[in-house]
Amino acid sequence: MQKSKLGLDFNKVAHAKDVARNIATGVQDFVEQYTTVAVERTLCRLLGVDGVDECTVPLPNVLVNEIKQKGVLSEGILYYLGNAIAETGLDPQQIAERVAAGTLDLTTVPAHSESEIRSALKPYIDAAIKRITDRRKKKEHYLETIGEGPKPYLYVIVATGNIYEDVVQAQAAARQGADIIAVIRTTGQSLLDYVPYGATTEGFGGTFATQENFRIMRKALDEVGEEVGRYIRLCNYCSGLCMPEIAAMGALEGLDVMLNDALYGILFRDINMQRTLVDQFMSRVINGFAGVIINTGEDNYLTTADAVEEAHTVLASDLINEQLALLAGLKEEQMGLGHAFEMDPSLENGFLYELAQAQMIREIFPKATLKYMPPTKFMTGNIFRGHIQDALFNMIGIWTHQGIQLLGMPTEAIHTPFMSDRYLSIENAKYIFGNMKSIGEEMEFKKDGIIQTRAREVLDKAISLLENMEREGLFSALEKGIFADVKRPKDGGKGLDGVAPKGRNYYNPFIDLMLTKNATDILP
Amino acid sequence: MSEGLYSTEAKDYDKTLDLTKIKPYGDTMNDGKTQLSFTLPVPAGEEAIEAAKQLMRKMGFENPLVVYHKELTEGFTFFNCYGSCTHTVDYTTIHVPKVEGTKWDMHETDDFIREQIGRPLVVVGASTGTDAHTVGIDAIMNMKGFAGHYGLERYDMIEAHNLGSQVPNDEFIAKAVELGADALLVSQTVTQKDVHIKNMTELVEMLEAEGLRDKVILVCGGPRISHELAQELGYDAGFGMNTYADDVASFVAQEFARRHNKD
Repeated sequence: MQKSKLGLDFNKVAHAKDVARNIATGVQDFVEQYTTVAVERTLCRLLGVDGVDECTVPLPNVLVNEIKQKGVLSEGILYYLGNAIAETGLDPQQIAERVAAGTLDLTTVPAHSESEIRSALKPYIDAAIKRITDRRKKKEHYLETIGEGPKPYLYVIVATGNIYEDVVQAQAAARQGADIIAVIRTTGQSLLDYVPYGATTEGFGGTFATQENFRIMRKALDEVGEEVGRYIRLCNYCSGLCMPEIAAMGALEGLDVMLNDALYGILFRDINMQRTLVDQFMSRVINGFAGVIINTGEDNYLTTADAVEEAHTVLASDLINEQLALLAGLKEEQMGLGHAFEMDPSLENGFLYELAQAQMIREIFPKATLKYMPPTKFMTGNIFRGHIQDALFNMIGIWTHQGIQLLGMPTEAIHTPFMSDRYLSIENAKYIFGNMKSIGEEMEFKKDGIIQTRAREVLDKAISLLENMEREGLFSALEKGIFADVKRPKDGGKGLDGVAPKGRNYYNPFIDLMLTKNATDILP
Repeated sequence: MSEGLYSTEAKDYDKTLDLTKIKPYGDTMNDGKTQLSFTLPVPAGEEAIEAAKQLMRKMGFENPLVVYHKELTEGFTFFNCYGSCTHTVDYTTIHVPKVEGTKWDMHETDDFIREQIGRPLVVVGASTGTDAHTVGIDAIMNMKGFAGHYGLERYDMIEAHNLGSQVPNDEFIAKAVELGADALLVSQTVTQKDVHIKNMTELVEMLEAEGLRDKVILVCGGPRISHELAQELGYDAGFGMNTYADDVASFVAQEFARRHNKD
């Protein structure tokens, strides 16, 4: 039995996980009966469809719009693509180009049998699985040969808007000691119902996530990783209306970390809950198979809610995200469950509460690669105090063995990081991580003191919130605003018209293939 | 570091405060002492330090001092510097446009609205355009408020509607009309490449085109917003850093009363 430094009752933790599992299973029963336009576009991408038509509409959108407009989205794109391959002998890309040119109508191609369609698709499906597997092996090879930095991994962002400038910033950060480079997306991309194409040099507050941009940055990080003798991970955002498509692009191009929350889009971007829950499952199956670490977005609750009053919401969401991720085949080590150092700095003993909560999350998810977020809400423009707030945050990171430390920048709330801001932040973290390395092994907490009491309170409140959600079911709980005080109607929000029940001919073999292969662990 | 803390050079400048010629203060009046840091796109070395010093002289600093430098990555060097500023400004002639009126707390504003206006004011707020940040609008509107200043939702005499983030301008206007808004609050956090200017200008143009501009009190806010900028763009008021729901609510209440007492 695991020993708790906080005096946590692990029977309570097990009960919390059981309740969260029931909530997740209730969602899964729904998810398995539906598909979405994003899931179907993902299948196109996995089969090698890429590029844009003359109006710069991505070809996966062209194909899926075609069947949606004809009212047959329910049958799924693979049925029509497979049928067209069987009939014409063309590959999926050639078929997409002909559909874009208006010279092929997928829905009027003579119907072939199910077995003909499936065998027509098989070589392309096998090729996709092989490409992702090879990409993953390449990463594993790097980890075996050049290795990686110690945990907590140092995570910094680049956000110039120009992928080529991002490369300069990212390579500089890697040389300074960063382990993970996150390319922040341009504001608003989460609400685009397509993924832009090609290398991009213009963005607002970030850089477009495109497959070509992924490729450019992955190559740059491989180069600098070889130079510094440390594998540098690449992070992007698998969220919004293109969640599973971005997962597929990331899997094909060797991304390592993806922001990928089951509930975030619903609560904070007003994306329809049916759409997001179906999309998150497909995206997580792909992330699981590709060996990607997912990062969940619980820290965001605290940018609006109070970090002391709402700490249990973070834990409850982590527990639900964990169960949904397990259903999608993600291993615990691939779960970057999120939490944050977000209390008001003027709060007396705030550091002790933060320490209690970080240690609590660590003990409740012992194998997870926890993602710990820096103070954001109380960064004021006083860069000198901000640097100290980040130092306190770093102390808790090393003390409680967090997995991924998202480094705060002294200039947060002023501008996206300068090269020098990143340097100062990395220096701050490396200093503290070295200077306080074994503090977690040396220090124990006073029995029934402030820290132990705080952790137990948060766990108890999270359990009662989860029990309430279990009674309601997740959909109804979200509608009633039981979670994070945000009410979202089941049939409201963005993207609902892209959801369809699976029809008679529906076919998506990737889910079974990826779940099975990931479970048996294809890697040496 | 011979020019620094233990410098023995004569301090032969006038040490009396003259508000028509102010300059930075380190530890002695008119010493002009300034701290700055920047990165130059050159490798570290004596030449880099000299380049930093020359640049500081061009910026108007005497006795430029590079106290720390570090090559961040090949070809980029970071500097921490001090210098004595030679420039001065005349403080006595400065005029900064400010939001007019008195700042009240929540109860004072509620009492004022109750007595002078007699009905709750409808305030509709959003982070508009592509801006996904709700932190600003939430700090002003959420019940709990921010840093001890209650948000508009807690006011008895304000009916607050927070539409959240990424609200397109046309939807924002439609919702404002539907709710019968007396005041509109626009929050803008992302300001890269001046995206906020374009978006805020578009809102004003759309309101004018629909003949609604004069019917509402139009207020904007965000870390890079000033009252001066707001007025330039055609807003009634702008609220920058370190302003709270109190500032916004007292302005809206007083401006509403001012307009309607005139009628």
